Amino acid sequence: MIAALRRAGAGVLWYLREVSGEADYDRYLARHAREHPDAPPITRREFEKRRMDRAQEHPQSRCC
Amino acid sequence: MSTETPEAPDSPPSSPTPDRGSRFTVRSALVWGAVAVVGAVAWGVIALSRGESISAIWLVVAALGSYAIAYRFYARFIAKKVLEVDDTRATPAERLDNGTDFQPMDRRVLFGHHFAAIAGAGPLVGPVLAAQMGYLPGTIWIIVGVIFAGAVQDMVVLFFSMRRDGRSLGQMARDEIGPVGGVAALIGVFTIMIILLAVLALVVVNALAKSPWGTFSIAMTIPIAIFMGFYLRMIRPGRVMETSLIGVALLLLAIVAGGWVQESSWAPAFTLSPQALVIALVIYGFAASVLPVWMLLAPRDYLSTFMKVGTIVLLALGVILSAPMMKTPALTEFASSGKGPVFAGALFPFVFITIACGALSGFHALIASGTTPKLIQKESQVRMVGYGAMLTESFVAVMALIAASVLDPGLYFAMNAPAGVLGPTVETASAAVANFGFTITPEALTAAAAAVQESTLVARTGGAPTLAVGMSEIFAGVFGGAALKAFWYHFAIMFEALFILTTVDAGTRVGRYMLQDTLGNVHKPFRDVNWKPGLWITSAVVVGAWGYFLWAGVNDPLGGINQLFPLFGIANQLLAAIALTVCTTLLIKTGRARYAWVTAVPLAWDVAVTLTASWQKVFSSDPTLGFFAQRARYSAALERGEVLAPAKDIDQMGTVVVNSTVDGVLSIVFALLVIIVVVNAMFVWYRALTSDEPLGSSEAPAVESRIVAPAGLIATPAEKRAMAAAGSRE
Repeated sequence: MIAALRRAGAGVLWYLREVSGEADYDRYLARHAREHPDAPPITRREFEKRRMDRAQEHPQSRCC
Repeated sequence: MSTETPEAPDSPPSSPTPDRGSRFTVRSALVWGAVAVVGAVAWGVIALSRGESISAIWLVVAALGSYAIAYRFYARFIAKKVLEVDDTRATPAERLDNGTDFQPMDRRVLFGHHFAAIAGAGPLVGPVLAAQMGYLPGTIWIIVGVIFAGAVQDMVVLFFSMRRDGRSLGQMARDEIGPVGGVAALIGVFTIMIILLAVLALVVVNALAKSPWGTFSIAMTIPIAIFMGFYLRMIRPGRVMETSLIGVALLLLAIVAGGWVQESSWAPAFTLSPQALVIALVIYGFAASVLPVWMLLAPRDYLSTFMKVGTIVLLALGVILSAPMMKTPALTEFASSGKGPVFAGALFPFVFITIACGALSGFHALIASGTTPKLIQKESQVRMVGYGAMLTESFVAVMALIAASVLDPGLYFAMNAPAGVLGPTVETASAAVANFGFTITPEALTAAAAAVQESTLVARTGGAPTLAVGMSEIFAGVFGGAALKAFWYHFAIMFEALFILTTVDAGTRVGRYMLQDTLGNVHKPFRDVNWKPGLWITSAVVVGAWGYFLWAGVNDPLGGINQLFPLFGIANQLLAAIALTVCTTLLIKTGRARYAWVTAVPLAWDVAVTLTASWQKVFSSDPTLGFFAQRARYSAALERGEVLAPAKDIDQMGTVVVNSTVDGVLSIVFALLVIIVVVNAMFVWYRALTSDEPLGSSEAPAVESRIVAPAGLIATPAEKRAMAAAGSRE
C-alpha cells in the first residue's frame, strides 16, 4: 500500500518535472556526457538562458 | 533491439510491433459491449426525457462512453487502415534529434503539451453561448463532432505533418494544393488570429468591467508573472515547479485579496469601464509582445497551464460528486426561430459555428502541424496525442455546457442577452427575460449578484461570467458551501481571464512573427525578429488590428459578443475547412483515395455549415441576422435622423453602420477564402485521380526506427516484452 502510494507519488513528480521542462537539463547532461564526454557541459543558468532565447524565436501559439 | 531483426526493412508495416488487440477476445468483447450499453442507455435518457430535468451525470456518461468507443474503434481504424502508421519508420524526432526542436518526447508528456496548447477558453465559452438553444443540440454536436470531425482533423494533420518533418499547415497547403491555396491559407490564419484575439479579449473585458475584485486579481497576475520570470532567470534557473508553486500560491492570495480590495477605499481605482479596460489590454498586449519572453510570457504560460489543468480536474470532480440537475430545457424555441438574444440565427448552422473548440476547431491544425509533430516518438502515437487530446478538450466543452445548464434559464438569459436589450436595471432585465419566455424576478437577480459579491450580473455577456456562476454553484455544492461562492466565482473568472490573456500574449507574438516574415519579402530586415523598429511596427499593427475589433465590440450597441462571436466561429471553421481540404488532398495523393471520405465527409459538412452561415450573415434580409440588412436598416434611419433602439443616439447609430459594414465585408472575405481553397483542391483531386502515374511524394524518406515505445497510454503486455527486449524502460 505504502509502496504503491510512493510509486504513484514518484510518477506524478516525474510527470510534472517532464511536462514543465524542469527535467530538460538532466536530459541535456546525459546526452552531453554521451556525445561529448571530453567537453564540460554548460551551466544550468546558461542552459535555461538559451532555452528562453529559443522560445523567443519560436513562439508557440495557444489555441482558444 | 526488436526492430533490428533481419527481415524488418521489407516486412509489412505492422509485423514488428505486435498488432495489439487485433484478436477480439471474449473478454474484450464483453468489456466493450458493456461500455456500448452504458453509453447507449445514457444517450437514451438524454434523448427520451422530455419536460422533466435530468441529472448532468447522464451527459458525462454519454460523453465518456462515446469517446471510449470512438477511440478504441474509429481512431484505431484511422491509424491502422487509413493512415497505415508504421512503427518501423523513424519519426522526425528520432531522425533529426537535435535535443531542442526535434527530440523524441514521452507520449504522455507530449499529450500534456499538446492538450495545453489546444485547449483554452474556446471550449468553455462556445458551449455556454450555445446553451441558449437548450443543452441537447450543443451536447450532440460536441460529442458527434469531435468523434467524426475534430479529433480526426487533429490526428490526420499531425500524421501528415509528422511525415513531412513537421511542416506547417500553410506550407502543406502550398505544397499540395498550390500557391493560391497557400496564400489563402496564410490570409485565413492571420485573420482568424486577429478575430480570435479580439473576441477572447472581449470576453475578458466583459468579465472584468465594473468588477474591482476581478480587475484587481487579474492585474496582480502581471507582477506575479514578472516576479516568477526574474526568479527563474536570476535566482533559481530552471526550477519551474518550485516557481510555479510560489506563483499559484500568490495567485490564490490575489483572488482572496480581491475581496478585500472590493471592500476597501481602493475599490474605485479598480472599477474600470469597458473602454478603459480595452485601453489597458491594448497597452498590455503591446508590452507583452515586445518584452523578452522570459520576463512575462513564459512564466505566465506556466501559471496558466497549471491553473487550467487544475481547474478542469476540479470541475470534473465537482460535476461528478455533486451530480447537479440540468435546469435549462433540452431544446428552447430559439433553436428553430433563430431569434435568440445571445446570438442570432437558427440551430443549423449557428450551433455548429458557435461551438468550434470542443467539437471541430481549425486552429488546432496549426498546433498539430507545429511543435507536436517534431516531438512524437512513434508514428502510432498520433492516435493518443492527436485524437486523444482532442477528445479531452471535447470533455471540457461538455462540462462547460453542464455548468451553464445548471443555472436557472432566467438568470442565464439575464446574463447573456445584450445590454441594449436588457436595459439598465434589474427590473428592466426581468421584464426583458419575460419577453424571451423565461422568468426571473428582480429580487432573484439582485440576490444572485450578491451571492457572488458582484454589483450586477445583468448583461455580463461573453460566457465567462455565466460559466463562473455555474462553476461556483457546482463547487459550492461540493467544497465549502454557500460561504465560498464568491471566492469560487472569482476563482473561475481569474482562471478564464488568465489563460485568455496568455492566448492574447502568445497570439500577438505569433501574429507579429507572421507579419514580420511576410514583410521580410519586401524589406529584408523585417525578417530578423529582434530588429527593434520591425518589432515595434509589427507589434503595433497586430495589437491595433485586434484592438480595433475589441473597441468596436465594446462600443457596439447591439452587443459585441452577439456581433463578433459568429464571425470568430466562421473564421475558425474556415481554418478547419482548409485543414480538412489539405488532409483530403493528401489522402488522395498518397494513394489512400478509397479512404478519403474519412476527412472528406467532415469537410463537406464543415463547408456546408460555413457557407450557409456566411450566406445568411451576408444575404439574410433579417436585420438581426444579416450584416448588410442591418446596415441598410440603420443607415436608412440615420439618413432620416432617427435613432433606432438599442442605439441611444446618432453616434451609436453611426457605430452600428460602420460595424455591420466591416463585419459583412469580413464574412464575404472568409467565404471567398473557403471557396478558393476547396475549388482549387478539387482540381488537384481530379488530376490525382485521373493521372496514370502517381504524383510526386512530399514525404520525408523512410528511415528505420530504433526506438521501442508503446503506442497508447498504457503499455500492452506485448509492448512491455518488446521494450524489455530492447532494453528501454518506461
